[in-house]
Amino acid sequence: MLTKRIIPCLDIKNGRTVKGINFEGLRDAGDPVELAKRYSEEGADELVFLDITATLEKRKTLVELVKRIAAEINIPFTVGGGIKTVDEIEELLKSGADKVSLNSSIVKDPELINKASATFGAQAIVAAVDAKKNGNSWNVYVKGGTEDTGLNALEWMQEVEERGAGEILLTSMDRDGTKSGFDIELLEKVNKLVRIPVIASGGAGTIQHCIDAVKLANVDAVLAASIFHFKEIEIKDLKEQMQRSGIEMRI
Amino acid sequence: MIAIIKYKAGNTASVANALDRLGAHYFFAETPEELESAKAVIFPGVGHAGAAMESLREKGVDEWLKNTKKPVLGICVGMQLMFETSTEGDTVGLGVIPGALKKFDETEAKVPHMGWNKLISTGKHAILKNLISKNYLYFVHSYYAPVGDYTLATCNYINDFSAIVAKDNFIGVQFHPEKSGSVGSMILQNFLDLVYSPEKVKL
Repeated sequence: MLTKRIIPCLDIKNGRTVKGINFEGLRDAGDPVELAKRYSEEGADELVFLDITATLEKRKTLVELVKRIAAEINIPFTVGGGIKTVDEIEELLKSGADKVSLNSSIVKDPELINKASATFGAQAIVAAVDAKKNGNSWNVYVKGGTEDTGLNALEWMQEVEERGAGEILLTSMDRDGTKSGFDIELLEKVNKLVRIPVIASGGAGTIQHCIDAVKLANVDAVLAASIFHFKEIEIKDLKEQMQRSGIEMRI
Repeated sequence: MIAIIKYKAGNTASVANALDRLGAHYFFAETPEELESAKAVIFPGVGHAGAAMESLREKGVDEWLKNTKKPVLGICVGMQLMFETSTEGDTVGLGVIPGALKKFDETEAKVPHMGWNKLISTGKHAILKNLISKNYLYFVHSYYAPVGDYTLATCNYINDFSAIVAKDNFIGVQFHPEKSGSVGSMILQNFLDLVYSPEKVKL
């Protein structure tokens, strides 16, 4: 049986891993390749690298980093953060990334999904969606969650699927950083509407939260950052407990 | 040296990285002449079977592959093209292994089959050495080879399908050994042993 995936997410700035501490700022957390290696040895099923560098030199640093990761890591990984064109996607995939994650750029230019999917295959294109509750529905936010697009998140996710995205990385902005659990209501709704894999993100604080995301909302994968960075939860323990609860895991 | 077939649809960087990690020597080959100088061949592939086959035909690599007696390891689309036909773009493959590829039934579960899944080995072959039923490998594919006479290991998603096949000098794996952690590395090492030191993987 296909297993559920555990995906640690690494935030990258200027080629280094950074960790946010209580929204107060970013602390250098070392070489992303070393951390990625550790996660992969501990049983991570995939990795996501999110580049939050905001300089012009960004792309060059990121491409170099992707090459280093690809040389050292033998599990699939996704790269995201400010990717805007088919050429940029091609460069990152050729450097060894398995998938790219697209967020603000596809809201601005939805056609990019069609083009990228037709060129590289749906399996390489992850649509990242940052959603925030707005009354009885959810809106899509962009630019690191600072700008409300007014788009209905559920409708947008159906659209990204139709346009050829191979996977959805759905972050609940209401839950992100709260450690109060994933937004099960949102995840459940999305999973009923789309036929592509959904990765749950935002809110992981305990092992039970991850079990709930799989058992209650039937997500395909669970993504988290801080619980792994700060070693609050060991990947091995997480996977073992998920398996004990009856979820098929790669152990 | 191992030749990695370089063509449009190939994911050559990941395979090359994996061989680097195992300390194996390789080069990228695009023509039959280049391939002829290799001891064995790795035939990677990602993407559309039809486009991949088209790209092989451009330089006559398809004909070379059909006739070679060198060990060939096909990965993902590289494995799929070893079969006779695929419903993906009505592609005609190399036909070195009998059978036709089918698409997973999208009404049953999410397609592509993407992620880690378990193998059940059903045969005896050097490529299976040390592989146990607890081993998981990384898959990304929408089409599958049905279980047949040349199946060495099966996997189940929606239905049973061929995860590893072998006929004569041709070995095909549906998963991505280059992305499958230590188990994937072991399978690539088995292939290298089969090429360079067959006594190590002797049954």
